[in-house]
Amino acid sequence: MIAKYLPYLLAGISVGGQYALIAIGYTMVYGILRLINFAHGDVFMIAGLVMVYSSASLPMYIAIPLVLIATMILGFVIERVAYRPLRSAPRMSVMISAIGVSYLLQNCALYFTGGLPQTYPAIPWLSRSVNVLGATTKMVTVVTPVLTLVLVIVLVMVIKYTKIGMAMRAVSKDFETAQLMGIKIISVLSMTFVIGCFLAAVGSLLYFTNYPSVIPTSGSMPGLKAFVAAVFGGIGSIPGAVIGAFIIGICENIIKALGWTTFSDAFTFVLLIVVLLIRPTGIFGEKATDKV
Amino acid sequence: MNKTLKNTSTADRTSKYVTIVIIAVLYVVLMVLDNLKATPGSTFGKILTMLIPVLRKGAIYSLLCVSMNLLNGFTGLFSLGQAGFMLIGAYAYAIFSIPAGDHAAVYQYFEGGAIQFSIPEILSGVLGNTAGSFLGAIICILIAGVVAAVFAALIGIPCLRFKSDYLAIATLGFAEIIRAFFQWDGLGRITNGSNLLRKYTSFSDMKIVAGETTVKFGTVFVFLIAMLSILFIILLINSSYGRAYKAIRDDEVAAEAMGINLFKHKMQAFVISSFFAGVGGALLAMYQTTVNAAPFKSAMTYEILLMVVIGGIGSVSGSCIAAFLYIACNEWWLRFLDSGSLFGLVDVPFFRDGFRKVVFSVIIMIIVLFFSRGIMGDKELSLKGVLKKRQRKKEAKAAQAEGGDAE
Repeated sequence: MIAKYLPYLLAGISVGGQYALIAIGYTMVYGILRLINFAHGDVFMIAGLVMVYSSASLPMYIAIPLVLIATMILGFVIERVAYRPLRSAPRMSVMISAIGVSYLLQNCALYFTGGLPQTYPAIPWLSRSVNVLGATTKMVTVVTPVLTLVLVIVLVMVIKYTKIGMAMRAVSKDFETAQLMGIKIISVLSMTFVIGCFLAAVGSLLYFTNYPSVIPTSGSMPGLKAFVAAVFGGIGSIPGAVIGAFIIGICENIIKALGWTTFSDAFTFVLLIVVLLIRPTGIFGEKATDKV
Repeated sequence: MNKTLKNTSTADRTSKYVTIVIIAVLYVVLMVLDNLKATPGSTFGKILTMLIPVLRKGAIYSLLCVSMNLLNGFTGLFSLGQAGFMLIGAYAYAIFSIPAGDHAAVYQYFEGGAIQFSIPEILSGVLGNTAGSFLGAIICILIAGVVAAVFAALIGIPCLRFKSDYLAIATLGFAEIIRAFFQWDGLGRITNGSNLLRKYTSFSDMKIVAGETTVKFGTVFVFLIAMLSILFIILLINSSYGRAYKAIRDDEVAAEAMGINLFKHKMQAFVISSFFAGVGGALLAMYQTTVNAAPFKSAMTYEILLMVVIGGIGSVSGSCIAAFLYIACNEWWLRFLDSGSLFGLVDVPFFRDGFRKVVFSVIIMIIVLFFSRGIMGDKELSLKGVLKKRQRKKEAKAAQAEGGDAE
């Protein structure tokens, strides 16, 4: 019994951690801009592709930092070019812009890869096999939850105790008042995107190590699932997103273990709808009141 | 006063007649184009082989865009479930129109499938081949729409309670759930699992055979269905229901205060839009000649949404123009970007597979960022408008001339 389900459980915890890293990007951006950043999943995919190309010609200890930096720059540029000009536009336009960016990133990826799956490099230490309670798995499975938790704790500390973190909380509470208090919204937003993309890049390093290759659409499903995780945990709440992501990752793999692989993706969305119906603000979300 | 009233009514009537004439001419041209036989390899032949599919696909996407615009542009519901309803429509159409004799071949992994009849075939037995396949296809398309609408009604009950972006993500989620169900082996006797559905009535079956001569009317058929559907949506938008939708879009709270039943009207718009998404899906199935659930991903919805944005959110004619432009550019005019050379003359190294799509998405981003009103904004293209504009210009000119004289 345990021998049969343990590998799935481990895979679930691991993939949950990877979703968590993406979900934080969604939840932070949504908390501040009230925008579903549809392009976030594609940023994650681009991070994977950058890793493929940079590791082909550079040693690992240069390639990995390069991936992180390139992804952060990408996030910064996306915010500046695609979202900033629409600051005062209706919410729907910003969301459409996000969908446009996602379309652009996917098509660029399609162009540069020529539509061929790109083999993801084996990162030396992470790809090593280890034995956990009798189940053989990759090192990354063990590393992911630990790394995720460490990063989340650091992030929560940053948000709680640093100046920029305080500014972020203020902006997410009330955009205009924060601006009146002298907070530089522009730098807060840039910082939010940069942090989100940094975590997505770390997530992509871990996620793609478990998969043989990267294709232009390989970011969209993890992206959507991470968003669902963010909603599940209460959008805007970082611990909520992390818990939601672990739950989704584990449930998804248990469903696979039961032989319902066709529905493993659909399940995530069923969960989303159930959560929205029962508790629209998620587990940790604050109740929002509409002012007329 | 009286004179101006009379004037506008004559303008109305003339523009109505002219519109009808233009549409009639359009159908004659389509009929001719469909039946032209160009020598293969000649320039005209090449153009014709591109033009016909572009026209057909353009008409289908016009309908899909308008149906999406009804929700996103006119009711203000940001729904991203279009691909799911198209999938339902496409499957419903295909399942009911696969000839009984071909079931064994199509459903080879599922003991010949569960449904053992084909509506076009039954009707062909009664009415003859031409009328049978024509009527059968129409009935199957209607079934496709109705099935999609029923699903929409069920999905709408939970989803339409959600606000803006939650609605978007919930409908997107439902589209994915639908796709998973249609690929499930458990329903394989109906949906053929993840295998293709094929051999059903397609546009090439739309022809009249009289002895030696065949008259094809596939293109006319698509245009007819798409036009009637769009016409229905236009009438709906201009009715009192349409005004209620627009009120909901502009301000939900105010609309509710004015006595508009929010849920009822949202549900209505959602079901009707999904009905036509189903019809569009059925037409797409006819166009493709094979159907598979895999390509009906969220990317398909995004594509339609982007067309709507290019055309202008809240403009039916804008949606149609954008759909034709998008399809023509995507399938035909911008093809050279993938071919490796500029007009076959100059070799450009970065013109290779996929470059067209990159250029395309850059154009879309430019439109989204700098021309967010799209081609038409929320205005409509109409002959009456053009005529009026001309008349106004004339009057302005006359007034200017008079003013000049007085000086």
